[in-house]
Amino acid sequence: MHPKNMGEIKNADGIGKAGNPVCGDLMLMTIKVAYRKSHIANRKTEEGYIKDIKFKTLGCGAAIATASIATTLIKGKSLADAKKITNDEIAKALGGLPKVKMHCSMLAMEVVKKAIDDYEKKKK
Amino acid sequence: MKKRIYLDYAATIPIKKEAAEKMLPYFSGSFGNPSSIHSFGREARAAIDEARREVSKFLKCKPTEILFTSGGTEADNLAIRGVVSAVSRVGLKPHIVTTAIEHDAVIKTVRDLEKRGLIEASYIKPQPSGAVLAEDVISAIKDNTILVSVMYVNNETGVIQPIREIGKKILEIKKLRMGRKQTGKAKELAKFYSELYFHTDAAQAAGYLDCYADKLMADLISLSAHKIGGPKGAGCLYVRAGTKLQPTQTGGGQEFRMRAGTENVVSIVGFGEAVRADERRKTCLAGRQAKDESVKKLKEKLIEGTMKKIADVQVNGDQKISAPHIVNFSFGCVEGESILLNLDLAGIAVSTGSACSSGSLEPSHTLLAMGLSVPQTHGSVRFSLGRETTKEEIDYTVKVLAKVVKRLRDMSVVKACSHKTERVKNNE
Repeated sequence: MHPKNMGEIKNADGIGKAGNPVCGDLMLMTIKVAYRKSHIANRKTEEGYIKDIKFKTLGCGAAIATASIATTLIKGKSLADAKKITNDEIAKALGGLPKVKMHCSMLAMEVVKKAIDDYEKKKK
Repeated sequence: MKKRIYLDYAATIPIKKEAAEKMLPYFSGSFGNPSSIHSFGREARAAIDEARREVSKFLKCKPTEILFTSGGTEADNLAIRGVVSAVSRVGLKPHIVTTAIEHDAVIKTVRDLEKRGLIEASYIKPQPSGAVLAEDVISAIKDNTILVSVMYVNNETGVIQPIREIGKKILEIKKLRMGRKQTGKAKELAKFYSELYFHTDAAQAAGYLDCYADKLMADLISLSAHKIGGPKGAGCLYVRAGTKLQPTQTGGGQEFRMRAGTENVVSIVGFGEAVRADERRKTCLAGRQAKDESVKKLKEKLIEGTMKKIADVQVNGDQKISAPHIVNFSFGCVEGESILLNLDLAGIAVSTGSACSSGSLEPSHTLLAMGLSVPQTHGSVRFSLGRETTKEEIDYTVKVLAKVVKRLRDMSVVKACSHKTERVKNNE
């Protein structure tokens, strides 16, 4: 068991935290956001992207795995793309999850979105 | 291949060598159907009879009081459903008293009958020690109670329940009821049941505690073969002579017309030999006590090491009244299944009461009934030792466990590690 991106970013730009009432697992993700040039339809604009992301989990193997894989999936993605991540993608990246563990992928997706929302709220 | 350490003996134990050897001739040598009248059948029948005699010696009862089943779960079902079917009469809904810490095979069965409107039920809560109080069980008995079911040793915590005390009180109540039956008028008789039976699921107790029928003062006792060195797929229900019981599995009339189905000869033979091998140890009481002591001492070593090396751990269940081989811990700020997986990667096998590991995503009902909070059940791990467990295995396990818990705590969301840890609130 060697999950990637385990830890907590100090002075994070965005923090996402959620618990799963079904089984009691808890997940925390902290993100660092930076800006880079994006080329959309020839317009040169700046887009925010996930420069760094770390996770912490109090939970079962699936909870740890989904959190970890979610961080690897969204690291480097633009905020817009990262927000679009679905729990199915997370589960697929792990090679699938048993039905009883699918709720863990839902939690990971929720926490990613919360972290980005938190950043966007703070930015305003 | 890396050496593996098995500390989940409460889940199952290896088939004893004597039992495995005894089973072999019945695969294709003496393969007959015990109900056949010819020599092939008679050979198989003789084997079943011998196994039945061994189990009856183990429980100190008559061979005719043993019904072989497919295991402890079927025995529990037969005891509960069988009594309800046999005793219930129209006009008076029967009542069952059981505990909130029973194995699912008992609780789910009682709940099922309750849901169908066939019975009322009371589920007695244990003390924080993990044991129910005999008086709590007895005071729940009403005029329409027909069955009291209390397990002997709890499978999750190892805590021993006060079976003899309960059995004794039930006998007194039975005598009173017989008296009322004799003197009562029809109107009176309509309001109560004269039958009152005491069932105990002794699956986890057998092998470490005496399960003699008269010592326990029970009318029905469930045993599971694979918990005492027999094969999986076999068990029995002891039924005291005179107990009213109806079969749950009907058909060809096997097991004194109480449990139909061609007998699982191979497994029954294995079961019989497993208890004989255990009984043999008992003939030297000092020897058996010494062996039990050594398992208990290793468990104590495990507890001592764990409490010393790891902060924020608690033992669930009073160790003064627990079976020698089981201990249940709660580790703060971490989750049980992840501990289990990490131990498994290190070759160590244990079990957990965490919701995450149960197919239903419900936390251990036993631990909750004892008063643990959901987070405490979340971080629960059960270790159960066996007679083969060694000191080296325990030392290694404690070392690995400390590392695993530390690693998971570094990864964990909850910072303040105390038993009363509040669930971290979601950020809004």
